[in-house]
Amino acid sequence: MLYFSRWKTAGILLTAFVVCLFAVPNFLPDRVVQSLPKWAQRQVVLGLDLQGGSHILLEVDTNAVRREKAQTLLDDVRRLLREARIQYTGLVIRGDTVEVRITRESDWEPARKKLNELSQPLGGLLSATGGRNVDITQSGGLIQLTTTQPALIERVRQAVEQSIQIIERRVNELGTVEPSIARQGVDRVLVQVPGLQDPARLKELLGKTAKLTFRLVDQSMSPEQVSQGRVPPDSELLQGPAKEGKPTYLIEKRIMVSGEDLTDAQPGFDQRTSEPIVTFRFNTNGARRFGRVTQENVGKPFAIVLDNEVISAPVIREPILGGSGQISGSFTVEQANDLAILLRAGALPAPLTIIEERTVGAGLGQDSIEKGKRASYFGFALVAVFMLLVYGLFGLFANIAVAINVAMIFGVLSLLNATLTLPGIIGIVLTVGIAVDSNVLIYERIREEVRTGRSAISAIDAGFTRALATILDSNITTFIAAAVLFFVGTGPVRGFAVTLGIGIITTVFTAFELTRLIVSTWVRWARPQQVAIS
Amino acid sequence: MQFRRISFPASALLSIVAIFLYFNHGLNFGIDFIGGTLMEVQDKSGTADLAKMRTTLGGLGLGDVQLQQFGTPADVLIRIPQQPGGEEAQQQAVAKVRAALGAEVDYRRVEVVGPRVSGELLALGTVGLLLAIVAILIYLWFRFEWQFALGAMIANVHDLVLTVGYMSLAQIDFDLSSIAALLTILGYSLNDTVVIYDRIREMLRRYKKISTPELLNISINSTLSRSIITHLTVTLALLALLFFGGHAIHSFTATMIFGVVLVGTYTSVFIAAPILIYLGVRTSGVETEAAAAPARA
Repeated sequence: MLYFSRWKTAGILLTAFVVCLFAVPNFLPDRVVQSLPKWAQRQVVLGLDLQGGSHILLEVDTNAVRREKAQTLLDDVRRLLREARIQYTGLVIRGDTVEVRITRESDWEPARKKLNELSQPLGGLLSATGGRNVDITQSGGLIQLTTTQPALIERVRQAVEQSIQIIERRVNELGTVEPSIARQGVDRVLVQVPGLQDPARLKELLGKTAKLTFRLVDQSMSPEQVSQGRVPPDSELLQGPAKEGKPTYLIEKRIMVSGEDLTDAQPGFDQRTSEPIVTFRFNTNGARRFGRVTQENVGKPFAIVLDNEVISAPVIREPILGGSGQISGSFTVEQANDLAILLRAGALPAPLTIIEERTVGAGLGQDSIEKGKRASYFGFALVAVFMLLVYGLFGLFANIAVAINVAMIFGVLSLLNATLTLPGIIGIVLTVGIAVDSNVLIYERIREEVRTGRSAISAIDAGFTRALATILDSNITTFIAAAVLFFVGTGPVRGFAVTLGIGIITTVFTAFELTRLIVSTWVRWARPQQVAIS
Repeated sequence: MQFRRISFPASALLSIVAIFLYFNHGLNFGIDFIGGTLMEVQDKSGTADLAKMRTTLGGLGLGDVQLQQFGTPADVLIRIPQQPGGEEAQQQAVAKVRAALGAEVDYRRVEVVGPRVSGELLALGTVGLLLAIVAILIYLWFRFEWQFALGAMIANVHDLVLTVGYMSLAQIDFDLSSIAALLTILGYSLNDTVVIYDRIREMLRRYKKISTPELLNISINSTLSRSIITHLTVTLALLALLFFGGHAIHSFTATMIFGVVLVGTYTSVFIAAPILIYLGVRTSGVETEAAAAPARA
């Protein structure tokens, strides 16, 4: 056990040295780190609980996705039946199913044939299974069209993917450092923004679906008639901004131009009133439609609707043919700014709900770093002094091993670009307390072997041999606990699991290989007749 | 080994007390598991007027809002129970508090956990604990004889029960970091038990004529100095965390000190080892272990 081949010695020292080396960039100024080659730039990332920032977990409203899917199906059914001039009644949505009753018996077959167009084979990987997006059943005049489960799942997946892209665009507009946006589970998105003090604006940006539509105001009825509750079937009542006392508008359901056709939106100021406004520009398609609508409806009010709220309904003074326009709605500068961001980023396919938020201010983060550092120094100092008192020279060996151990933990954390959290710091301090345990096991064993009358070298040898199995068994049990914690925990707690787990691996290495190497070198150099570990 | 006649009934009694506490006193579940909002604010004037804050927040209609001073006189912890009305209602509650407290305070930490996430975290935490216990049981079964695995398991469930009882008694916030503490206690307490078991296994192979209780005695005594020294070093590290680590990790370290230092040590010596007498470690253990011995040397 005490003999090391030259290669093995070199291997152990090199491993320890290289791993420690990876920890170095963490202690260099940023400028120096930038000048290093890419592979050497890896650093420990501070968790949001240490550097401050916001962690926001969003859930995509999958029910809204399903409802929309059903609505589209209903619209398609209506369109197809109209095209084929087939009379029908009772066109309704029941969950994921659209029902329609065909009036004349002679139309039953043609209607079925026509509606069959809606049932398409599923694309992509699922095509081989022969699945379709819509199941159609018919009993007499009643035709039921149901969106299939695989088609719904696919749609939800798409919606989440789209949402992530749009969230990315919106968050990037905030101009913060390295926001991270990641999918979690089926329908969730985790947004982490370091350094964000007040997430109110971020939440504001994420909370809006930002569905922009341009629609005509229905003037067929007076406000009095509307207030009596008689709303024409093709129009709906929508409210204006709260700032203006929530005026009610009767707006046509038909969408003339939608936000999808926007190519750009910028905040600006109105030249005459110098109020903040948002100017926008359409793509060719949008510009053509916008031009046509404004041409045909000069003198009528044209409503700009965002997420079912009428931002404004200005009267069209002249046809707007250039494909660009402006929205004014007594905004503040910030509101105009945010609206421009939302319009540029595009509309979310479904509303998002915040289901978890954790924000840490930079002040608290800095405090935690300070306290964590102080606790670590004291913890290490106490343990080191204690080991020196109990084991003397061998205590020093253990302390050297522990110091290298901690450096190696930082090295591995940097190598993995792992996140260091406050619980992670606890994990390191605990590792210091526990790491010496392996040394204690070995030393106590050596003492015992000495007591049985063995010579120095043979006792040391036996101590290491016998302690190995124990060290492995006891560390593996802790490692299992750390591994489970890694999978169960989120955020900071996961950081604890990471440092604990890495700490166990480096501990086994430093206690067993490194300490053994140090002790063996010492034995060869000092040639002790007796070992006095105390 | 005579002490088992005292330690076993004592542990049984304590476990019953702990379980009784759990069901009657209850755990002080944090927002991770029951949802709600936790805000840590610091008054910019240097001293927080708790009474005034209480009136201000009490008038918002957010239910039982709890305020607690900690650390410096300026620091206040605000706990808002989960609001009825789903996920959005929680966010509205935070907005209300922010509006009410205005710019007089600095928001050091805001945590909002909605009903769905809290339910999942609780389930995940429970499953995690059980999974860890089972995984370790399987590992020990694989490395030792089944009696050892079972003995270690009984000892460690006993540890967890007592620690949970302590958390109930001290009304420590039971949140995700408590699950971390429990899992760590599980790991370290086993660590200790495994060291003793390892020695027992070795002794079983070496001395076939000694009675089991005496053999256990020798094993415990020969590992005792190691146990004491190791626990002292862990305690030193934990004390450093307790005194210098600040408020945020206070309950975590307090739980760890109770679990690892007080319970864990006691259990390995007074429960895990003597329980092997009852589990009949000799009958099947000796033969197979003796056969396996050359492989290990």
